[in-house]
Amino acid sequence: MIRSTLFVCTLFMAASGFASAQATVRVEPANLQSPRPLPEQTQTAAIRDYLKSWQSLRAALEQNRSDLLDPAFVGTARNKLAETIQQQAALGIRTRYQDSAHDIQIVFYSPEGLSIELIDRVEYDVQVFDHDRVNPIQHISARYVIVLTPAEVRWRVRVFQAALK
Amino acid sequence: MRTRPLIFLTTMALAMLQPVAAQESSLTLPKTVEAGSAFSIHIAGSGKAALYIVGLGQVLKRDVEAGGTAFFPAGSLYNAGHYLAVLAGNSSTETVSFDVVPATKPAELSFLAKPSRLPVGLHDGITGAVYVFDAYHNLIYAPTPVSFELTSPSGAVQKHVVATRDGAAWTAMDSTAQQGMDRFLARVDEISNARVIGQVPGDPCGLKMSARQSGQAILLATDPVRDCNGNAVPDGTIVTFTEAYSGGQSTVDVPLKHGIAEARMAGHSGATISVASGVVVGNQIRWEK
Repeated sequence: MIRSTLFVCTLFMAASGFASAQATVRVEPANLQSPRPLPEQTQTAAIRDYLKSWQSLRAALEQNRSDLLDPAFVGTARNKLAETIQQQAALGIRTRYQDSAHDIQIVFYSPEGLSIELIDRVEYDVQVFDHDRVNPIQHISARYVIVLTPAEVRWRVRVFQAALK
Repeated sequence: MRTRPLIFLTTMALAMLQPVAAQESSLTLPKTVEAGSAFSIHIAGSGKAALYIVGLGQVLKRDVEAGGTAFFPAGSLYNAGHYLAVLAGNSSTETVSFDVVPATKPAELSFLAKPSRLPVGLHDGITGAVYVFDAYHNLIYAPTPVSFELTSPSGAVQKHVVATRDGAAWTAMDSTAQQGMDRFLARVDEISNARVIGQVPGDPCGLKMSARQSGQAILLATDPVRDCNGNAVPDGTIVTFTEAYSGGQSTVDVPLKHGIAEARMAGHSGATISVASGVVVGNQIRWEK
């Protein structure tokens, strides 16, 4: 219990340095379907890198700059977010995403160690800016499915998809 | 050609079966929309407004007339995720959330198989993991049966059927007794993805040598070297002959050639000669002249 609490606190502190300063982070015990044990260091790194990806996402969608996705996203996730940014830019829209709470559980660590899947029950705010028009902030509570794959020095988000609760 | 309008209308009708609307909202729309399907949003009231569909997967905008219906044809919204429909009028803004869910039909498998090469006869030595996607690269998170099939060179098939959980499934298979190339297949419905797994012979088994006089020396030769399943150990595998005699020891490393290792050694009288390959030790011969 103490270990788990410490882990959450460590993650929170790590997250506060990289992602949103306000986001609270809770990490549930892993519910793995895998023959491969997940080392605590790997779990910590994957969650830290995932939380950092929200920072990239926020900056990229607010500034309509898909290049800001590159450090954190790859493959399908990167392509879809870049497409969204392209659509926003074409419409003259910007969006501001601000995550406020994460409740994370790792659910799959592939046997060869090349992917980690986690579920995040995340709360965030969205605000849409259309040229000079500022729309009200909307609070969202959603369940996200995330698949991370290892890159040279960090885990990158390869699948990033809201799923039905 | 004639069926397209019918499909469109049918999909539209299905999408509108369960409309939801925020209390006193001007927006009426389905709670969920299947990726790539047509759907519509009814807008109550009057006057002009802008309708935004906003999500992390896509952003759409329509200029709409309140009191009408905004139609989104098939293919408009295809990235699964959580979306907001935002109706921005001159003096007010209304928002309703909804979800785009993956198409039910799998179209793509991401298949991770490991290793690409391994020795024969290893229990759970081969692993495969699969993520299942629809035609729009959305992860299908509803449980989906995945069939894993490992076909050995002899044609023998190991088959495991595993249901995905949160879009992922995995299995472990035994490498078979026969060396050669295995075909490792993951299949969902008619979608499949294959990998080739090379099975190589295991360590030598029952390593045995014989010795015979050859001039002043002795000629040592192994029997054909095979693994415990009878597969020939590949040429180039190093076999070590060691001759221990009073006051000394000499060693010769030779690669297998045509399945056999041969070496010439001094053959001191009373020497003990042994043979080994890697961690496998073979027989010993005591040599007397």
